Amino acid sequence: MTGLWIAVLATAAGCYALKLAGLTVPERVLDRRRVRRFAELVPVALLAALSAVEVATAGHSLVLDPARLAGLGAAVVALLLRAPFLAVIVVAAATTALLRATGIA
Amino acid sequence: MVQGAGRPVRDGLGLGLAVGVSGLAFGAAAAGSGLSAWQACALSALAFTGASQFALIGAVAVGGNLVAATAGAILLGSRNTLYGLRLAGLLRLRGMRRLLGAVGVIDETTAVALAQPDAGASRVAFAVTFGSLYLTWNICTLAGALGAGTLASPRALGLDVVGPAAFLALIWPRLRAGRTERVVAVAGAAIALGLTPVLPAGVPVILAATAALGGALITSPASPAAAGPVRAGQP
Repeated sequence: MTGLWIAVLATAAGCYALKLAGLTVPERVLDRRRVRRFAELVPVALLAALSAVEVATAGHSLVLDPARLAGLGAAVVALLLRAPFLAVIVVAAATTALLRATGIA
Repeated sequence: MVQGAGRPVRDGLGLGLAVGVSGLAFGAAAAGSGLSAWQACALSALAFTGASQFALIGAVAVGGNLVAATAGAILLGSRNTLYGLRLAGLLRLRGMRRLLGAVGVIDETTAVALAQPDAGASRVAFAVTFGSLYLTWNICTLAGALGAGTLASPRALGLDVVGPAAFLALIWPRLRAGRTERVVAVAGAAIALGLTPVLPAGVPVILAATAALGGALITSPASPAAAGPVRAGQP
């Protein structure tokens, strides 16, 4: 039990330190153009990667789950139609939920 | 759409509440893997980063070595360092505010903050997303750990696509803005998917940052060398 508590608290401390480290980078480092460009592009790369992994993988396998793919596809359509942000996520979740509820996917 | 003052609040609340409900799944999974409700709540309150939390309890559930489990969970958190790097100049937090704000440096808050038209809206978006997600995530963790996780199935409600859809929606304006952004996004997704079968969970997403590195190195600077000394060989 104690070992588990140590693991929980060490994880919390480590995760917090990593978050703080990013915020604490000196401004003169961020003033360099390439560093600034890298910092700008990182969220684009990571969020796109996260989206892909959450939709198209299960464990270590690449999977084609029609319900999740259709949900993301519906989000893309909504975005192309310039739907507001909340409408996009509602459309995505509703599409996935509907496909699962009807047993289609 | 009007870029009014209500937008960062609405976007932040919407995403915070929708994603926070996944705390039910985390609480239930944590209880199932042998953590006490207190331990599950401590993780959500103090670590507050879903991927690392799920990684730790996943390793505990299969009886893995606790040191390795902890190291893996912390490694997953390194993504947030990169987000912090981007948010630092935008939020400009100092002292206690920085220490407190650091807790909120995660995928969702970064995404909503960066989707705003100006720094003021970004700060509001960060605070609102952080606040609503933090409260919902922690309350739902407790509820899930106490057994409510069996009542509601986030999967049946399609909540597992809320994250992916939200991330895509939030980087959408950037994808429209430039070709480099689109190439970086596609490359990042391809790298993560390609490495998923061969690397430990979470690591492929972190390595997607190399796409951003490539993008930063190949794009020619937008303005002449005003920010630094002129280097030989620069066009």
